[in-house]
Amino acid sequence: MQVPANFEYAKATTVEEALALLARHGDEARVVAGGHSLIPMMKLRLAQPEALIDINDVTELSHIRIDGGELCVGALVRHAELLDSAVVGEHFPILHDAERVIADPVVRNRGTVGGSLCQADPSEDLSAAFGALRASAVIRGPYGERTVPLREFHTGPYETVVEPGELLTELRIPIRPGGSSAYVKVERRVGDWPLAAAGAALRLAGGRIAEAGIGLTAVRAEHFVAAEAEEVLRGAVPSEEVFAEAGRVAARHCDPGSDQRGPADYKRHLAGELTTRALRRAYERCPT
Amino acid sequence: MNITVTVNGQTYTRDIEPRLLLVHFLRDELDLTGTHWGCDTSNCGACVVWLDGVPVKSCTVLAVMAAGKEVRTVEGLERDGELDPVQRGFTECHGLQCGFCTPGMLMTSRWLLDHNPDPSEAEIREAVSGQICRCTGYENIVRSVRWAAEHSARDTEEVAR
Repeated sequence: MQVPANFEYAKATTVEEALALLARHGDEARVVAGGHSLIPMMKLRLAQPEALIDINDVTELSHIRIDGGELCVGALVRHAELLDSAVVGEHFPILHDAERVIADPVVRNRGTVGGSLCQADPSEDLSAAFGALRASAVIRGPYGERTVPLREFHTGPYETVVEPGELLTELRIPIRPGGSSAYVKVERRVGDWPLAAAGAALRLAGGRIAEAGIGLTAVRAEHFVAAEAEEVLRGAVPSEEVFAEAGRVAARHCDPGSDQRGPADYKRHLAGELTTRALRRAYERCPT
Repeated sequence: MNITVTVNGQTYTRDIEPRLLLVHFLRDELDLTGTHWGCDTSNCGACVVWLDGVPVKSCTVLAVMAAGKEVRTVEGLERDGELDPVQRGFTECHGLQCGFCTPGMLMTSRWLLDHNPDPSEAEIREAVSGQICRCTGYENIVRSVRWAAEHSARDTEEVAR
């Protein structure tokens, strides 16, 4: 039987209250929402926070809305809610593609968008999807609010720029006409981490690719993106050849390791092939 | 700490440690042993219960998180001595062998049918994809849920008559 070590528990109902509780309990406090990463780690005693701040009732962080030309997703939005949201699917089908293959339906009922990003697992899907979309993260702390590009959000495996005492509150994605997006993943079975996954976002203008975003996960791509492959695409006329070349460049610039899920060279192959497939699907979805 | 939770319509107040998991709260504190405790890692789905109307894996929810909320367990499926159509479906179609995964399968299936009264086989398989039947009896589980879908409507008509 796996039992977490003892901890103090406090429930917040507003962001202000959560920040006050974080300040009171100090560096050894952790925020918990869905808990589907943190609680298993606490059971294994890989994590032993002295205090848990429960933000499940901070309803002000459960919103999905469009504001100022951006899609705003509250940190407490559950995976299932992101998947069910018509406005999300309309503007960013990549997020629906990704959510369909994150964990399983029951876990998706509980796990949150903000929790996944803050857990910062190197094989996590939303980091790649939001990275491809050039989203930004809104972080609140005792001294106010700051906005960080998602491509600067992760500082290493399981590490982010969110400081003790701070709270990720929202993700924002700019909405621009003329584009679409897609996400493809290879996993061994439902609920497992991916061997590799790739997300692509394209914006077309005048028959050319005006902007391209490529996200990769589980293959140690820097900041979960394939910046060199994006360079291949920018300004190019979309074609099978250019998507294949972008895949080759993406594969070359990631750094997968061998583990029980597969050998590094296979994962590198997947990174390239999945990049090409994601680009192809995103392009097919672009308005004509 | 003291928590008050409504389980299957009945209110319980207990003094518990914050680290107590919901599955153990239900089984050990409330003696509701219908909810099974399986893998302990949120993989197997034997422990699925509803929390405020949504299926969750109760081995990965703290009991304190359920304070002030409503929980529904497999014991809450039966109404006025009548088994729920999903329970009858599992009986009619041999939806269980050893029965260990059954409570979780039933809770997820009930939720699926509440939101999608006529699910396809693929939709049923997707709905229970986070739940493991070690007897590998998935074919009959899918048939059981289909049975429930086909018989729920008729039951409602009968009740109306």
